Amino acid sequence: MRTAILTDIHANREALEACLAYAARAGADRYAFLGDLVGYGADPGWVLSAVMRHVARGAIAVLGNHDAAVLHGPTKTMNPAAQRVAAWTRGQLTQTQLDFLAALPLTREDGDTLYVHANAWAPAAWGYVEGTMEAKRSLLATRCRYTFCGHVHEPALYHLAEGERVVHFEPAPGVAIPLGARRRWLAIPGSAGQPRDGVPAACYAMFDDAQHTLTYYRVPYDFEAAAAKIRAAGLPETFVVLLDNGRRP
Amino acid sequence: MNGPAVMPGAVIGGYIVEHLVHRGGMATLWRVRDPRNATPLVMKIPRTGYGEDHAAIVGFEVEQMVMPLLTGVHAPRFVAGGDFTLQPYLVMEFIEGPSLRERLDEAPLPADEVANLGARVATALHDIHRQDVVHLDVKPSSVLFRASGDAVLIDYGLSHHHRLPDLLAEEFRLPMGTAPYISPEQVLGVRSDPRSDVFALGVTLYHLATGERPFGNPTTLTGLRRRLYRDPVPPRALRRSIPLWLQEIILRCLELDARERYQTAGQLAFDLQHPEQVPLTERSRRSHSDGWLTVARRWFGALGAEPPPQRPVDDHLSASPMVMVAIDLTEGIDAMAEALRRAVQRVLQTEPGARLACVTVLKTSRIGVDLQVDHDGRSLHVQRLVELKHWARPLRWAPDRLTFHVLQAPDTAHALVDHARNNHVDHIVIGARGSSTLRRYLGSVSAHVVAEAPCTVTVFRLPSPRAQPIDG
Repeated sequence: MRTAILTDIHANREALEACLAYAARAGADRYAFLGDLVGYGADPGWVLSAVMRHVARGAIAVLGNHDAAVLHGPTKTMNPAAQRVAAWTRGQLTQTQLDFLAALPLTREDGDTLYVHANAWAPAAWGYVEGTMEAKRSLLATRCRYTFCGHVHEPALYHLAEGERVVHFEPAPGVAIPLGARRRWLAIPGSAGQPRDGVPAACYAMFDDAQHTLTYYRVPYDFEAAAAKIRAAGLPETFVVLLDNGRRP
Repeated sequence: MNGPAVMPGAVIGGYIVEHLVHRGGMATLWRVRDPRNATPLVMKIPRTGYGEDHAAIVGFEVEQMVMPLLTGVHAPRFVAGGDFTLQPYLVMEFIEGPSLRERLDEAPLPADEVANLGARVATALHDIHRQDVVHLDVKPSSVLFRASGDAVLIDYGLSHHHRLPDLLAEEFRLPMGTAPYISPEQVLGVRSDPRSDVFALGVTLYHLATGERPFGNPTTLTGLRRRLYRDPVPPRALRRSIPLWLQEIILRCLELDARERYQTAGQLAFDLQHPEQVPLTERSRRSHSDGWLTVARRWFGALGAEPPPQRPVDDHLSASPMVMVAIDLTEGIDAMAEALRRAVQRVLQTEPGARLACVTVLKTSRIGVDLQVDHDGRSLHVQRLVELKHWARPLRWAPDRLTFHVLQAPDTAHALVDHARNNHVDHIVIGARGSSTLRRYLGSVSAHVVAEAPCTVTVFRLPSPRAQPIDG
């Protein structure tokens, strides 16, 4: 079965539409959404409805810190601009959509695979997997062979064999990477709705659990339209610039 | 990992084990049979028991990742793999051989024989390099020949794939490779340079041509580090009968600095296929290895040497393309030939690392005996060669990256395409003449080349004046 994994969509309708269309053409059998469905972007309602439709058909979805901020108010560490967007987002959502967010689990295990927004060692504390140290901590905190997470917006792949060091790999798009059974793997597909590695194209990844291969993809989408909507909604200008550059200003 | 016992008659992954083919240090190789398919197959099983080398296991993982991605005649066809949860194995096509290892017993071999074997291995290497893979363990026992004569590279346990995680890179601090063949940069831990394979093939060619190993078989790390500063004894110092061109080629492969070697295996294959075109440098005349002063200087340089910054495999290949220009000289150096030269000039400006092959075809008739001399008895072949060189002179391209070829064939397009394929050409530049009734009927040479060429083709056309409208 081929699972298309999307994460950190951040209320970006244009990016989500483009990724879903690409994934469908690439033969996705199902979908997994690794949280941060909202925050930053101007289309939280549309994005949530789309994800809810997929979940009704068997897709996997977990909660992200921006989703939690909409439900429970922002955390102290969140920057003021993001806090403002969280409050604005809450006003955009219907009760059904808020209920859907409130019902999302922090983690979801499916056979040998763990889906989580931030990490496996303390999913609710939102620590970032920024390097091999955190990747190892996360890999050792789950019994699952494969961990898929988001939170970090740049695509990355970590692997660990018994008694060895965790190694980082920067994946190239479009290459089916075999994830050998002798080691554990932690994969970050990269953000669909707000890439930060200098390339504005949306990120997603496809996991084939029969072939045990993972393919990272970059999907070009109309980021100018998404940016214009953020500006029109009166949301912070920083998020407009982020979409244009695919990078922090 | 308590997989089923491997023995004749055992069934693993649906394959029936027949008999042991080879017991190596890292793995055993068995002939197996697929009950659904009669193709001869082999199964490779890593040695994973207690006390087995950890590198053997990771090497097998690497092979499991890389093998399924390789295509073409120069790698064994991958059939199936089993992972480490039960019994790790790889099933691939059985290639009978012979292995290049067998030819080593007959060394020293004659020069043309060494060149022929070397060109076939270099062609295979170029092909896998084009697939983003550096083999990193090229040696006679890693090369098999198909019945067709094509070389096949086997054993990818140490290889590096440019687009896959390198499981070996960060785990082992010791140099990986086979001691007599390992390149200086591999000693420093570099695993992504295709020129390391050119070096290892150079060691093999040296051995085939002289019967001796250029660097012996060091068994200590200190011995291996000599690779960083000690150049080999020139082949002709061991066997005077080795031609200058072969010494030139071998020593160029064995340059300690990768930038001084052939930049691609394709270029090496080209030189081995065209010995008469090999530009002879000081290398070909060398009669002894470098003096103590040079070596001492390199030794100091090698102290604490760090590997140079690395470029990916495909960078090396695309930085050194083989450009072929096809020139029609039947009308002498006409306006088209002049214009074509300017077009080539522009291509070379954007490809400063390119090698340029200037090719013209001397048409022969399909039937009957051709008189390859003009009425004054001059050889047409020589005349064309002289014209080609004259044509290329204004390009001022480095002589060691410039070659000339007069092909004799009844079918021009076919000859050009064949030449491009056999010489690993990346880009063909060709002129198209204006249309004529005959061309419309037969199809033009350039159109045939575009349709059949294995690479990029640039067709150059002289601007034609607008035709006078016909009153009617």
